[in-house]
Amino acid sequence: MFNRDSWQEIFETISKNKLRTFLSGFTVALGIFIFVILFGFGNGLKNSFQEFFMDDATNIFRLFPGRTTIPHNGFKSGRDIEFDNADLVAIQKNFAFQLQYITPRIQRNYTIKYKNKSNNYGLRAVASGHQHAEKTIMMKGRFINNQDVLNKTKYAVIGRLVEIDLFKGEDALGQFIDIGKRSFKVVGVFQDDGGDNEERFVYIPYTTNQLIEKNTDKLGQLIVAFKPIIGYQGAMKFEAELMTFMKKRHDISTKDEGAIYLRNVAEDLEQNQQFGSLLQMVVTFVGIGTLIAGIIGISNIMVYVVKERTKELGIRKAIGATPRSVIAMILQESIFITTAAGYIGLFGGIFLLNSIEDSLDNYFIKNPYINMGTAIFATVLLIIFGGIAGYVPARRAARIKPIVALRDE
Amino acid sequence: MIEIKDLHKSYKIGKNLLHVLKGININIEEGELVAIMGSSGSGKSTLLNILGMLDVADKGSYMLDNFPIKDLDETKAAKYRNKFLGFIFQSFNLINYKTALENVALPLYYQKVGRAERTEKAMQYLAKVGLEDWSSHLPSELSGGQKQRIAIARALAAQPKVLLADEPTGALDSTTSYEVMQLIQDINDEGKTILVVTHEDDIAQMCKRIVLLKDGVIIDDKKVNQVRASDHV
Repeated sequence: MFNRDSWQEIFETISKNKLRTFLSGFTVALGIFIFVILFGFGNGLKNSFQEFFMDDATNIFRLFPGRTTIPHNGFKSGRDIEFDNADLVAIQKNFAFQLQYITPRIQRNYTIKYKNKSNNYGLRAVASGHQHAEKTIMMKGRFINNQDVLNKTKYAVIGRLVEIDLFKGEDALGQFIDIGKRSFKVVGVFQDDGGDNEERFVYIPYTTNQLIEKNTDKLGQLIVAFKPIIGYQGAMKFEAELMTFMKKRHDISTKDEGAIYLRNVAEDLEQNQQFGSLLQMVVTFVGIGTLIAGIIGISNIMVYVVKERTKELGIRKAIGATPRSVIAMILQESIFITTAAGYIGLFGGIFLLNSIEDSLDNYFIKNPYINMGTAIFATVLLIIFGGIAGYVPARRAARIKPIVALRDE
Repeated sequence: MIEIKDLHKSYKIGKNLLHVLKGININIEEGELVAIMGSSGSGKSTLLNILGMLDVADKGSYMLDNFPIKDLDETKAAKYRNKFLGFIFQSFNLINYKTALENVALPLYYQKVGRAERTEKAMQYLAKVGLEDWSSHLPSELSGGQKQRIAIARALAAQPKVLLADEPTGALDSTTSYEVMQLIQDINDEGKTILVVTHEDDIAQMCKRIVLLKDGVIIDDKKVNQVRASDHV
């Protein structure tokens, strides 16, 4: 079956039946190509999904002050809750074991000005831990540190796009910007994977902001990070304890759901991962569907090819071809074509995926890829089914008596 | 060369059994040129198919070159056909995507002859039928007579004991028919045993012996004075 002569015979047949070769090869190449592309896009979708939801640290709770809904301890319902510096200290003291860091976040909007350029930006007054909570990446300079918080410095850290907007290519580091009517020194420029909006913020120490706002001790929301070592169970326990602790401090009924909101990113993470595995299932399903379509395609073509060649096979048998050699010829030919075409489709698909890279980011497809194992498995599967699809009609054709094959004119 | 004793063959058509050959006895010597005649339905093609091992008889014995032909499975039949027999068909049955040369070389491929030798031999046989200049042409580029001569070259290439021709001139006009018959006579003159199935009397007269079949039995078997095809060309 594998001698040089039979290969020569097959190459001759292939090169002289270009349309037939093209049809069966095209089906396989297209099947694999689409499989690789779809599977790659699915993975790209997963990538951008992950980036979307995994932008921030996953070991944090966010505490938002709300308004009481149940009267408690002599207080009426409808009372606004506010966190203050004492809460910060108390949490740090009571939960030292679980706590990794804690940072307030006071959010304001200001017109920010450099020389004669100005624009409105979000201002976040935070502590140093905020850098970890948002996974802020420093491009140059530094983030707000503990000294800044302690000394209430008038330092600001600005986003990459703020620098581009206001400084027009100038280096912002060490320059002074006006936030509201006060002058701040830029000590750092950051970037963030969370998208453009995240890069249009300006950070200052929260203590400085409190000083500006008539030396208040109020805080906005609290971001509490737990040590990852305590695990999911530990985090859930910490969450419950923290909630009880805060309610007690602020004279809130334990049944009051509205006074303090707590968002647990760990819980979100669980949900997101479930969604992620759903996406994975969709991707797999699409892949299997494409493969089945490809298999059906190549089967049809093979049945047609053998049917078309019935007479030729009859002639070959009349002049001395054994049934074995007829089957071997058809199999060898179909496996050769599917293998060659399969790899063309495979590498065509991979090439396209690689050249796409980030250009489809806007359609939520980021870095589409397919791992080589999956792609080769799919190709081999198609080759095997192409072989089987060729074998069945070939065996039937080999059994047909030459007179029957030669009879119909 | 060929010895047939009490050969029977029937086909099932629906529920009816159609008895096509009802006891054929015939001996053909080496070097004979035999015409098998008969109207359609007389069983002449069935007889040729059995002789060609394209079909199996129900009953009776068949000796080819003192070699009993029996218990044929597909693989065995293919090997015997390749070794003993050359076929010439009414519709030529050339492989349409192969050139004249490749068609002639194909039986040698199945005899596992090497490529260079195959081409050389095929070229020799093409020369024998006078078509060496047409070796690289496809069958679609050839006339009917040329196609049949290619088919004859192909049948000869395997160096068979017997040539079986099923209506070799059935698809050709009379001039071309005589040309083909002249070639067959020339090959026969070199000593090859040839059987020709035909229903044309003038073609039959160009053979050396005429066997007449009717309703599955031989009703006449006579030697004739061969008419040379060259007289007509």
